[in-house]
Amino acid sequence: MDLEEAKEFKERCTQCAAVSWGLTDEGKYYCTSCHNVTERSKEVINTGAIPNTKIQAISRGLKRKRKLEKGWDWYVCEGFQQILYQQAEALKTLGVGPELKDEVLHNFWKRYLQKSKQAYCKNPVYTSGRKATVLEDNPSHSDWDSEPDLLSDFSCRSFVESGTDSQPDGRLQKPFPISRASQSETASICSGSLDGVEYSLRKEKGIVKMTVPRTLAFCYLSLLWQRETITLSDLLRFVEEGHIPYINAFQHFPEEMKLYGRDKGIFAIESWPAYEDIYKKMIEIAKFLDLPRFPDITEDCYLHPNILCMKYLMEVNLPDEMNDLTCQVVKMTGIGEVDFLTFDPIAKMAKTVKYDVQAVAVIVVVLKLLFLLDDNLEWTLSNIAEKYNEKNKEDKPWFDFRKWYQVMKRSVDEKKQKWEEARAKYLWKSEKPLYHSSIDRAVVYKRREMVVSLQKQFSTLIDSAPTVEKKSPSSFQFNWTEGDSARTCFHGHGLQGILKKKGQSMTTKNSLYWLSTQKFCRSYCKHVTTYEESNFSLSYQFIINLFSFLLRIKTSSLHEEVSLIEKRLFKTKYSKTKKKSRSRKGRKY
Amino acid sequence: MSDFSEELIRSKTEDDQEESCVFSGTGMSFPWLQKHIGTVATGGKKEKDFAQTTNACLSFIQEALLKHQWQQAAEFMHSYFQILEDSDSHKRQAAPEIIWKLGSEILFYHPKSNMETFNTFADRMKNIGVMNYLKISLQHALYLLHHGMLEDANRNLSHAETWRYGEKSSSQEVLINLIQAYKGLLQYYTWSKKKMELSTLDEDDYAYNTASQNMLNHSWKTSVNLCALIQTPGVWDPFVKSYVEMLEFYGDQDGAREVLTNYAYDEKFPSNPNAHIYLYNFLKREKAPREKLISVLKILYQIVPSHKLMLEFHRLLRKSEKEDHHKLGLEVLFGVLDFAGCTKNITAWKYLAKYLRQTLMGNHLAWVQEEWNSRKNWWPSFHFSSFWAKSDWKEDKALACEKALVAGILLGKGCRYFRFISKQDDEVLRKKIKRIKKSVKKHSIVNPGL
Repeated sequence: MDLEEAKEFKERCTQCAAVSWGLTDEGKYYCTSCHNVTERSKEVINTGAIPNTKIQAISRGLKRKRKLEKGWDWYVCEGFQQILYQQAEALKTLGVGPELKDEVLHNFWKRYLQKSKQAYCKNPVYTSGRKATVLEDNPSHSDWDSEPDLLSDFSCRSFVESGTDSQPDGRLQKPFPISRASQSETASICSGSLDGVEYSLRKEKGIVKMTVPRTLAFCYLSLLWQRETITLSDLLRFVEEGHIPYINAFQHFPEEMKLYGRDKGIFAIESWPAYEDIYKKMIEIAKFLDLPRFPDITEDCYLHPNILCMKYLMEVNLPDEMNDLTCQVVKMTGIGEVDFLTFDPIAKMAKTVKYDVQAVAVIVVVLKLLFLLDDNLEWTLSNIAEKYNEKNKEDKPWFDFRKWYQVMKRSVDEKKQKWEEARAKYLWKSEKPLYHSSIDRAVVYKRREMVVSLQKQFSTLIDSAPTVEKKSPSSFQFNWTEGDSARTCFHGHGLQGILKKKGQSMTTKNSLYWLSTQKFCRSYCKHVTTYEESNFSLSYQFIINLFSFLLRIKTSSLHEEVSLIEKRLFKTKYSKTKKKSRSRKGRKY
Repeated sequence: MSDFSEELIRSKTEDDQEESCVFSGTGMSFPWLQKHIGTVATGGKKEKDFAQTTNACLSFIQEALLKHQWQQAAEFMHSYFQILEDSDSHKRQAAPEIIWKLGSEILFYHPKSNMETFNTFADRMKNIGVMNYLKISLQHALYLLHHGMLEDANRNLSHAETWRYGEKSSSQEVLINLIQAYKGLLQYYTWSKKKMELSTLDEDDYAYNTASQNMLNHSWKTSVNLCALIQTPGVWDPFVKSYVEMLEFYGDQDGAREVLTNYAYDEKFPSNPNAHIYLYNFLKREKAPREKLISVLKILYQIVPSHKLMLEFHRLLRKSEKEDHHKLGLEVLFGVLDFAGCTKNITAWKYLAKYLRQTLMGNHLAWVQEEWNSRKNWWPSFHFSSFWAKSDWKEDKALACEKALVAGILLGKGCRYFRFISKQDDEVLRKKIKRIKKSVKKHSIVNPGL
């Protein structure tokens, strides 16, 4: 047995993952650490016996080729383009208009390639000396309309027509041809894409590098541009429910686009997108792309707080009558103004509204106005409503907070439990395992095989009927029906018990209010305030938990949003009685 | 939640649970602490959702197992397998053992599972990483034993025995020994069946010779297998017992004695009462001198003063010529009766009553007082309350009489127990009670002058 001879064999042992091979008498490789014998055997090349040394060279050459998978030449940005394409297709099946993919997202992407100097510019990144067909880039023109028409270009055509068609075409030149960096094939640094290694090393100031989470930021930007009826929380929920490709999106790349090595770090994702993160990325990209002001969000848009409030009131089973109050709060705070709502990335302080979070915060404020939510008044009012409803069975029932709480609590707990179970059962790993370097390849594949076979075995123990049937995408998560006591519908219930007449208008019986935040954070840490759950009433905690679960956001960010609305609503109070622990304020309607 | 491996072992060797410690480091667990440690381990970096959901998945499995929801457990297990592909190599390496433990438990109880599924699962898990091969093989074999498949178990153990493990050997040596020993135990089982057959055969029979030859073969293999394990410190009761039985059968008394002496006296071995019991029983069979037997039981007395052999020990001490043995004999009796489990042992009370009288007659009042001083605070309420007097009299009059005598001697005739019994008017026992009263009067250590 000769250890020297076995040095060429660099794969990891499938048993113990060591790379320490010896040769058995039969010429097979065995692991010196665990004595596992492989199927592979060393090709017998005896240069002494065979005078023709060419044979050796040929056999070596063949072996080398086998080590790294050969596929098409492709660039990292093409990978992202693939993902965007898939996501756009998925959005289309969700009912979003086809313009989103063919015009908006497509243009955003082109603009990105141009801004990041990957294509459509004079000096594409990487190309030293070599020039590709480049279109004029005029930096002085930041206006959207004056953007050159790029539709005829190769990379975009493939995007519009079919995302899978990225096979190199002899007629068309690559947008940014570079030569593959000389790579030692045995080195651990490698990638299936042409520029994977460089891409992962690239750190250029002022350039927003493409990542998988940023694909969602692109999607949301396009949705916002189109003023589609999908909020950011909806989008992210659809991702989590698997309606929009995200995790393992690379699985559906064309067979010939091989991924390994550094591509793993770029395309493999082990977390679901988080609201705050994508939100930030979206602003960042919009600024980077230097996008003009987005189309106006007017009162008839889905994203307008009045409409979204209506939607969320329905979702959480609150009376329709509350919509009047939410509209008033929206009006008083001025958050329904077009200028406030419309996203303008070139404005000095580019920021956009978290439409969904804000709408929900308005509902929380209205609930506080009506019921105070101090763990006391809401129950007193419930007692009154209960008595009234018992006496007047024929009339339109008064809204009973306690009953609503009981119904909601049960439904949400149930939903949460199911959600947690579904998350725990989520299968993260792709059918196409990714490996870091060629020596890992066999081990990674073996591991995959093992997991698949174990799963196969255990699936026989599971009921044949799948327990988690794939939900069809819906912007509603709950479903309320009249009659079913567990799912009682409160939409038609009235607010008479809580409001009283005052002259011409109605005012809330409750004249007290407490502010969710006394002091706003003034430092540079950028967060508005903190949320220490135990400092607040149980009802408030329940409401905050309910809504943040609905939007899959952190409770603290909803609390922040509520505080911001209150800041607008009680502007005078804030400036005058900053230090008063409780602010009294009667509101008139 | 019982550990599956323990479950298996318990089913095999019911009486020595210490063994299970070898396989599983079960102990207390603090889920909340685990969580804290988890965040510390990631160095404050946000945990990826993959890690978070697989953790949650593990908790769901554990919860399902706790509630005996095998179906649910299997569902979550189906997803948990992906931890084998975790990019965190620490977690990946720890995973096979966790999967094996949980998975085997599920397959052990799941209604749709059967022998075949279990075997496939075990075979698959054995080959994930080297470190678990032996452990899983052994537990697999125990599973097969549990289902009465001795041959399969034996084959499994043989496979495991010949497993080559390269540099990873030192940590697994004990396991190899254990595997061999279990194999030995299986061979012993066959051997002892053969022995039974042999005892039904006539010695002149032709079959007798082959059968005995067969047995001899078996015993040789077995001893080789058992030997190595017994040398390593640990508690190996069933192995030692069977090994000694075979040695004795073939007349190797010296070998047997050596094994047992080593097992009982080697300081590297954990303290184990059974070791001394085995040695004592062996020496008794051998008709060893009394002195020797006493020395063995002396150690047992120190470990388990309430053991039922203590009465035998007392008899040996009583018969001895040495005075300090006589004193020890009294100590031993008091020691036995210190234990709640022995309070109704009539023999012990009878011995004590008799021996107290004997000791006092031999003018060794000091011995009695020495024993009594440490007990006079609690024995009266522990043994001699009026409640006990009533219930003993109701349940076992003979016991009550013996106790009354002891009570009278130790506490004087004023004591409640004695008074209650002496007041009883029982035709059969009238004479006996009278005798007791007399003895008490004569021997009571309270106011001996009266």
